[in-house]
Amino acid sequence: MPKDHGIGAAPKRREDVRFLTGKGKYTDDINLYNQTYAYFVRSDVAHGKINNIDTKAAQDMPGVVRIFTGADFEGVGGVPCGWAVTDKHGEPMQEPAHPVLAQGKVRHVGDPIAVVVAESLAEARDAAEVLEIDIEELPAVIDMKAALEDGATKVHDDLTSNLCFDWGFVEENKAAVEEAFQNAHHVTSLELRNNRLVANPMEARVAIGEYDAASEDYTLYTTSQNPHVIRLLMGAFVLGIPEHKLRVVAPDVGGGFGTKIFHYAEEAFCTFAAKAVGRPVKWSASRSEAFISDAHGRDHVTKIELALDENGKFLAVRTDTLANMGAYLSTFAPSVPTWLHGTLMAGNYTTPLVYVNVRAVFTNTVPVDAYRGAGRPEATFQLERVIDKAAREIGMSPIDLRRINFIQPDQFPYATPVALEYDTGNYGATMDKLIEIADIAGFGDRMVESRKNGKLRGLGVNCYIEACGIAPSNLVGQLGARAGLYESATVRVNATGSISVYTGSHSHGQGHETTFPQVIAEMLGIDESMVDIVHGDTSKIPMGMGTYGSRSIAVGGSAMVRATEKVIAKAKKIAAHLLEAGEGDIELANGEFTVAGTDKSVAWGDVTLAAYVPHNYPLEDMEPGLEETAFYDPANFTYPSGAYACEVEVDPETGKVEICSFAAADDFGNIINPMIVDGQVHGGIGQGIGQALLEHAIYDENGQLLTGSYMDYAMPRASDMPSFSVDHSCQTPCTHNPLGVKGCGEAGAIGSPPAVVNAVVDALADLGVTHIDMPLSPNNVWSAIQAAK
Amino acid sequence: MYDFEFKKPGSIKAAVAMLESEDAQALGGGQTLIPTMKQRLASPAVLVSLAGIAKMQGVNVANGVMTIGGATTHADVAANAQAIPALVALAGHIGDPAVRNRGTIGGSLANNDPSADYPAAALALNATIVTDRRKIAADDFFDGMFGTALENGEIITAVRFPLPKAANYQKFLQPASRFALTGVFVADTKDGMRVAVTGASEEGVYRWTEAESALNDTPEASALDGLSVSPDGMIEDLHGTAAYRANLVGVLTKRAVTAL
Repeated sequence: MPKDHGIGAAPKRREDVRFLTGKGKYTDDINLYNQTYAYFVRSDVAHGKINNIDTKAAQDMPGVVRIFTGADFEGVGGVPCGWAVTDKHGEPMQEPAHPVLAQGKVRHVGDPIAVVVAESLAEARDAAEVLEIDIEELPAVIDMKAALEDGATKVHDDLTSNLCFDWGFVEENKAAVEEAFQNAHHVTSLELRNNRLVANPMEARVAIGEYDAASEDYTLYTTSQNPHVIRLLMGAFVLGIPEHKLRVVAPDVGGGFGTKIFHYAEEAFCTFAAKAVGRPVKWSASRSEAFISDAHGRDHVTKIELALDENGKFLAVRTDTLANMGAYLSTFAPSVPTWLHGTLMAGNYTTPLVYVNVRAVFTNTVPVDAYRGAGRPEATFQLERVIDKAAREIGMSPIDLRRINFIQPDQFPYATPVALEYDTGNYGATMDKLIEIADIAGFGDRMVESRKNGKLRGLGVNCYIEACGIAPSNLVGQLGARAGLYESATVRVNATGSISVYTGSHSHGQGHETTFPQVIAEMLGIDESMVDIVHGDTSKIPMGMGTYGSRSIAVGGSAMVRATEKVIAKAKKIAAHLLEAGEGDIELANGEFTVAGTDKSVAWGDVTLAAYVPHNYPLEDMEPGLEETAFYDPANFTYPSGAYACEVEVDPETGKVEICSFAAADDFGNIINPMIVDGQVHGGIGQGIGQALLEHAIYDENGQLLTGSYMDYAMPRASDMPSFSVDHSCQTPCTHNPLGVKGCGEAGAIGSPPAVVNAVVDALADLGVTHIDMPLSPNNVWSAIQAAK
Repeated sequence: MYDFEFKKPGSIKAAVAMLESEDAQALGGGQTLIPTMKQRLASPAVLVSLAGIAKMQGVNVANGVMTIGGATTHADVAANAQAIPALVALAGHIGDPAVRNRGTIGGSLANNDPSADYPAAALALNATIVTDRRKIAADDFFDGMFGTALENGEIITAVRFPLPKAANYQKFLQPASRFALTGVFVADTKDGMRVAVTGASEEGVYRWTEAESALNDTPEASALDGLSVSPDGMIEDLHGTAAYRANLVGVLTKRAVTAL
């Protein structure tokens, strides 16, 4: 019998009432008195030298308040990078300056050159058209391999080359890996591309800067997943504003998917300009602008090799990856192809030796950074593709080959050769569950049926593991993070017993407002409706690190649990006083404090009232009030894992792939709200299918983004999706956080692309197709069939 | 979008007069024109909406001919053109509901987007394009990508489709825009089999006459087996190579014939 209350229940998402009725309050819904409008003039060439900007004619246009260029930002800090990677020679990465507005050069289409601030957006655009910008176009470097060639045009003149870093991991293992390959019974090798994606949250980015000259306080309203991180980066590194003078508010946010983690130039601009013009400054991205200014995702080119012994046991994995950084280092860009990618190359397997080489490359393209999964999808895709290829080459079932290499349940905690220690898992259990829910046994019959209709049916299976709940601050500090990665929560109990939770996590669609109260309700035995969540405002909540890396419930939820435990401890003392009993005898259940073994009790609300109306209260021993704060810094990552299966039909005449079914068996540890977990997995799989079949950001050789609108960038739609079969009944609870939770936000996007591609390759294997790069568009699939003929 | 003057005449005559002014532009459903104006790539001084002209609305069938008013929306065609089921299916799959409730048949034909659906239907069904001043056979109407026989200020007031014995439209979706990556409309008409292809040729919509001849000899998909489509002159873009489009023309034509 499913629970109707607390942890494990599935109440409907309370936030959906406002979202589905158009009552959400997003940043663009905020309009401040006397606000001005900013229009960004962006480079239309990928690389160029700015010879001159003449603002005079534009300045005289109607409604223009002020025009800003790079000259206004001399002496102002650049947009910082929040993660430093050390290369395999112990040298720091090359870190170029990233000005708020271009200084002398533009380095990608969309690079901001100037901003017109005017009384209306239309007037700002009119003035922008008469702005005279003389740019001398320079040769652009777009292809990563070409960017690394000797004599290649440099994206940054002051760097030695376009190589940001050359990272080897684990460098000490390199020789042993070489030896394993030399002695291997079989080696499977695969070259592939992880296609560049544009996140495309439904809400495009918006920033509003406000400055109060009397108090000297700044406020930035922005579409962010982590307002405190923005306050830290922008305040400390760009504008030099101390925290107590800078408030960052991220209200309802319409999807982030990683691309709203980062600190963007537009945020710094609006905050800076608000003081300069003495009025609020608002910027709202158009969709076209989002395509050329939001950080992109993925864009790796990889060669992966897998060494096996005569029984199919994995001996070693070796990879060589080029990772596109784009023209500048976005906030967490260096971490994605390194620590979020190389550390996952052991996968779910006992592979004893791994060596990962990643060269990060500057190109004249939009910066690339974390996108749902961030490094882990890239790791999973290559590993699960090469395993599938190996299975075919050695004549073993892909499921069996995975099984004989699984880390077994009795091996946990398991230290991988790539720095992680998996605390728990049961990969055989999720595979068993997958085989059941995907009806793998019935595939043969279904394939025969498809053949009768002229369709080629394929089955793709894969596993995944991810490192989530990012992460222990001391560990990530060693790995190059320039920030801590704890989370905070304040649990404020009001006099009548209702509760406001101030969490450093940020909800931009995940459902915190529903799930977090479920946890408190479980702990206190009170109704969820008595608990509200407050987030997204640095003036209200303690320093928090925000939401990404599937960390909200694992880290933010744990902080809330810790704060609630403190609340309970104090409330028990108050209850003991009221009941004239020993504190150790007080039990809390169903919203009542009881003296153990008696019928003496006092209700939750009476205790909270006593805390705020302390007429009968041990004031000599304890402060009144009932409000506690906790900061939680996890001991380890969490390690969600699972097994996914996809069945496709390929139309050999047109190359069109239809996904017939998709099954996901995930182990997320304990689950707060199974309905919300279903939804997170559905969304992740949707984005994974989008990457596998549809999405691709393509630049031409001159650096023009050819897929700069929905006319050419193929977003997945409902009709591209099958009905998903998802299961999360296999649960090995996380061993080191109080809820035993692992996080579920990214799993679908990590686990699904290899399932789709494995399925299509399976369908076409008899035709001689061994690999097709994503997206598996009809044209690409048909062309692969022709090439194999 | 720049400022413009908006006019909504109630008659064809008034609309034609308004379109004589300099930089005036007829506005059908605006599904191409309005986005172009928003991007500041078009800046007509006067927009003359055709949506208020009652005579240009609706679907009527008489004497073996279906007449569709030039300002009839795709949604109206999808709801009311049952006499030609292939046209119902075509109109019902243009864009999304918002597009279908605004976009018009006259606007689509006048724009002659190389990936639009209606041009293939008009050509295969041997339609007659009726304007404020003349009647133009579909064979004489389309003139390369985005090109038509229309003169400046000339309005498509109606399109006349002789009812075919059978017709079928096979649309292969461009994955992003869901325009026709390639579409083939096959119609069995009183003048014989007609095969019109959209989305494929650099010359815009065209009739595949070799297929028509073969089908007139043998009205079955197998009649097409010996035919090959050359990739020369086919559109090549992010979503399909010339060879891929040439392949689609053959595949879709066979499927359309089979579905007749």
